[in-house]
Amino acid sequence: MSDSIIKVEGLSKRYLLEHQATRTGGAFQYKRFSDVLSGVASKPARWLAARRDRRSGNGMGHSSQQEEFWALKDVSFDIKRGEVAGIIGRNGAGKSTLLKILSRITEPTKGRIEIDGRVASLLEVGTGFHPELTGRENIFLNGAILGMHQSEIRRKFDEIVDFAEVERFLDTPVKRYSSGMYVRLAFAVAAHLEPEILIIDEVLAVGDSDFQKKCLGKMKDVAHGGRTVLFVSHNMSAVRNLCSRGLLMVKGQKLFDGTAEQAIAEYSSATTTQSSLTWKRPLNLPQDQIGFESIEVHLSGEESQVQLKCSIVLQSPQSGEPVFIAVDICDQLQTPIMQALPFTKPFISGKSGRQRLSLEIDLPRLIPGQYVLDFWIGSHFSTTADYVKNAVTFEVVQAPSSDRSFPHSSSHGYLVPESRCALVTL
Amino acid sequence: MAKLIIEAGVAEKNYWFDLWRYRELFYFLAWRDLLVRYKQTAVGLAWAVIRPLLTMIVFSVIFGRIAKLPSDGVPYPLFVFAAMLPWQFFANSLSDSSSSLVTNEKLISKVYFPRLIVPASSVIVSLVDCLISVVVLVGLFAWYQFVPSVRILTLPLFMLLAFVASMGPGLLITALNVEYRDFRYIIPFIVQFGLYVSPVGFSSSAIPEQWRLIYALNPMVAVIDGFRWAIFGTNSLYWPGFAISVCVSVLLLWIGVSYFRRVERSFADII
Repeated sequence: MSDSIIKVEGLSKRYLLEHQATRTGGAFQYKRFSDVLSGVASKPARWLAARRDRRSGNGMGHSSQQEEFWALKDVSFDIKRGEVAGIIGRNGAGKSTLLKILSRITEPTKGRIEIDGRVASLLEVGTGFHPELTGRENIFLNGAILGMHQSEIRRKFDEIVDFAEVERFLDTPVKRYSSGMYVRLAFAVAAHLEPEILIIDEVLAVGDSDFQKKCLGKMKDVAHGGRTVLFVSHNMSAVRNLCSRGLLMVKGQKLFDGTAEQAIAEYSSATTTQSSLTWKRPLNLPQDQIGFESIEVHLSGEESQVQLKCSIVLQSPQSGEPVFIAVDICDQLQTPIMQALPFTKPFISGKSGRQRLSLEIDLPRLIPGQYVLDFWIGSHFSTTADYVKNAVTFEVVQAPSSDRSFPHSSSHGYLVPESRCALVTL
Repeated sequence: MAKLIIEAGVAEKNYWFDLWRYRELFYFLAWRDLLVRYKQTAVGLAWAVIRPLLTMIVFSVIFGRIAKLPSDGVPYPLFVFAAMLPWQFFANSLSDSSSSLVTNEKLISKVYFPRLIVPASSVIVSLVDCLISVVVLVGLFAWYQFVPSVRILTLPLFMLLAFVASMGPGLLITALNVEYRDFRYIIPFIVQFGLYVSPVGFSSSAIPEQWRLIYALNPMVAVIDGFRWAIFGTNSLYWPGFAISVCVSVLLLWIGVSYFRRVERSFADII
């Protein structure tokens, strides 16, 4: 028997994006039977339309109906028994799709996987928890869903309750739990699974920092207990701490495979170079006064202490009042964290025509994560000329203090000030 | 344990083995649904009794008293109730199982287990409700001082038949409902319509002789006739029709399972 426990060959996954469905809005994600019937009925008509389009040199006929999207493209790798591998990459790089296929939730479009052992996957904390049921009932239910036998759950019941620190609330419906308790209980059940292969997707990003520390410790035990672990995370310090191996995913492909340290280094350099982020005014959004035509942001400087270099083109169809600019730096949920305001009075002339504005912003040290920029110009703080929300997104990968053993979370804020201390025995 | 191989378009080889490995999940999901169903209700489990009882009373008044339908010499309420048991079972399992995957969407998209377990456990929940209603039947026996024949010992067999007859269409509609939510609107119609098409309020012997074979294409005909045969022993079973009904049930189960298995792998993508 070879010592590879997971063997992935040429794995691809295609999704078909239905534009027809998205056009009617989010409410109709699924098909209605009548759509299929009318689809069948209109097939000849569509075929004719496609032919006509082809003859007139307009090839848009068919592709506007369905678009292919490859969430994974030809991914191959081998995981050895007892290895702890971290899978890193941006949002939408295909990490979660990979884990979903490995845990048999969805099937691949192409490729082959061999798995030699019992798999348990934890893609979400608290899957299958029912709010009406008590903590005790949910432990059994959740355990069974995750593939534990009743005897196994019974054996570990006390340990689970102990880990989650919820003894007093065992017979309370979990809908009355605080969100912290809920998450603790859910993680506790999952942490006591004993499979040969454990697949985990970003579950450490929950709970308070004490609990995160505890979770990380538990995961370390699992990893050192000789079990094979696949771990997806945005949290580089957790990956560095837990994993011996790192896989970097970019746009559905495996870009790098090596030690965790190397993969993280590769990832941060890849994101810094890729962080030339641009925004262009959409055609359907004309501007009758001075406004942004395009915004281009370059990231530079040390990771976690980033400098933003913005190159902004302003365009005005007619002359108006002079304006000034403000940039909001927001977290992932678009809550502003801070504002850059280079001048407090209008300094950009409002004359018609185009002008280029260069703006540099020195950011303070930020915790790893995604940040969003909103751009505003106006002649007075209450008179907006143009406001582009969500213009560009950038990512901070490296934590300010890389030796931190538990991950950063927004519950302690986004900014990490420099700090010093001195200790004297009195 | 054998190596697990995941390949595109290849049916899982150890599916039935997995189904066995996850057998406790049948129980747990059914247990959850039962627990949750009657939480924050005043009379709780009594609802399982009240629903068929009320329908029985309505039927007895309208069809027994006013329309005076014949009931093979059995007190009409008893006669209706014996049919109401399997019918409610069928109706409940059809409507509960069809929505089961959609309501358990979170589970489907986050955890692997044989998907068959979800609709199957909602059928089991309906079976439990049905068994509770049997208590009412016993009460009705006492009320009418009716002594059932020995044939009642065969009732579990007909229960099994009812299970098969419910499972097949249940699975089929469950799988269809994932992709086409139209079935959400079709089910109540099937259930309402079916109540009058199936021999619940009347005896299937009321059907003209030349139509009985065609009538037996409705799988619930065999189940309901069987229940009455086992409980009262007054009617004789119409065997050719019974055989056809059973065949239709088995065929529907086969279609249901194979369709379900075929589309199951894409559930997580389309749900």
